[in-house]
Amino acid sequence: MLEATALACERGGLRLFSDLDLALEGGSLLRVRGPNGSGKTSLLRILAGLTRPAAGSVRWRGRALDEEYGREMLFIGHAAAVSDDLTVLENLEFTVDLFQMTTNQHRNREALELFGLERVAQVPARYLSQGQRRRAALARLALSRAVPLWLLDEPFAALDSDAVERVSELAAAHLAAGGMLVLTSHQEFSIAAPATQLIELEG
Amino acid sequence: MAGFALLVRRDLRLALRRRGDIVNVLVFFVIVASLFALGVGPEPNQLRAMAAGVVWVAALLAAMLSLPRLFAADLADGTLEQLLVSPQPVLVVVAAKIAAHWLLTGLPLALVAPLIGLQYHLPANALGLLLVSLLIGTPVLSLLGAAGAALVLGARGAGVLLGLLLLPLYVPVLVFGAGAVTAALAGIDPGAHLSLLGAFLAVSSLVGPWAACAALRVALD
Repeated sequence: MLEATALACERGGLRLFSDLDLALEGGSLLRVRGPNGSGKTSLLRILAGLTRPAAGSVRWRGRALDEEYGREMLFIGHAAAVSDDLTVLENLEFTVDLFQMTTNQHRNREALELFGLERVAQVPARYLSQGQRRRAALARLALSRAVPLWLLDEPFAALDSDAVERVSELAAAHLAAGGMLVLTSHQEFSIAAPATQLIELEG
Repeated sequence: MAGFALLVRRDLRLALRRRGDIVNVLVFFVIVASLFALGVGPEPNQLRAMAAGVVWVAALLAAMLSLPRLFAADLADGTLEQLLVSPQPVLVVVAAKIAAHWLLTGLPLALVAPLIGLQYHLPANALGLLLVSLLIGTPVLSLLGAAGAALVLGARGAGVLLGLLLLPLYVPVLVFGAGAVTAALAGIDPGAHLSLLGAFLAVSSLVGPWAACAALRVALD
């Protein structure tokens, strides 16, 4: 469903990778590995449609990326996309509305509870710790079962072991239900997946 | 349309939480406009002649003060990324940002302007025209301003750069906006000035959002 052919990426005049092909089907987990600066984040941003590849193309369901893709993909990058002046719950509700996800107040609450954020639900995000901020960003995973493609850039960074487990469980359930997952991680993790692929970037 | 309303609501809510930002712009506008009156002295005819120009220049400067923040906060916390990968067309995102910016700066500036006009001994009909010219002209500041703010996104010294980029583009707004009021004071029909101002609004509503979209994509590339 997600296909990329002959991808190349250049940042600041430096060629990070070239001739990269990938193809993902339902149930596949793709792990992108490589040292710092090898282009892991750039690859994910290209797959998300944020960065234009220096060469090659990305296709979703056989078509070039368009606005419809925004409904079928979720991308969580380094920045948590959590506004300081909105409460944790307001941030989640905004994300839900922005991506036109089907949910309700009860499920939103549950998602926050799953990530241990129920106590800070009404607290402006400026008072959150780094880890809580990541949790607030990842809470939408619990509501995104219907989104086929997940692109997660270092999802485990700044998380404690409990939250790592939550994310792994959600990812495994997503894959078991036929979803696709692309992630970069320096940490080791265990996510059960029907099919696993690995891309090593050399840097 | 739902996306547009959602984004405008978010920006208004955020502005309400950081009320200082809007108040600062308004206070800056009033202070700059009042400083001219203090500097020039109390001669009513002289004040009346320069009123419209002063109010319009102060409005341009106040807009300059508010524009660097238009996309910067969303860029810093990663929200802008999410807006771009969301199912909302980028044009809708930009249009919502522009609308919210106008509601939060252009509209309040226009509403406060007649009070400053009183300080300059403007007669009632000129006060009304000042309000009308600002209501037509301030959306241009937001429309072109969004393109400028997107272009300087992430650049060092973004504020100064923005001024250098935008103030020349704002010249027609200044000339026709202030011209309408001055014409009315001289007993000339201000219709022509207002029409030209409206034409400029139409052109910038075509060019501004489109340019801002392109600049945002580059900024996040």
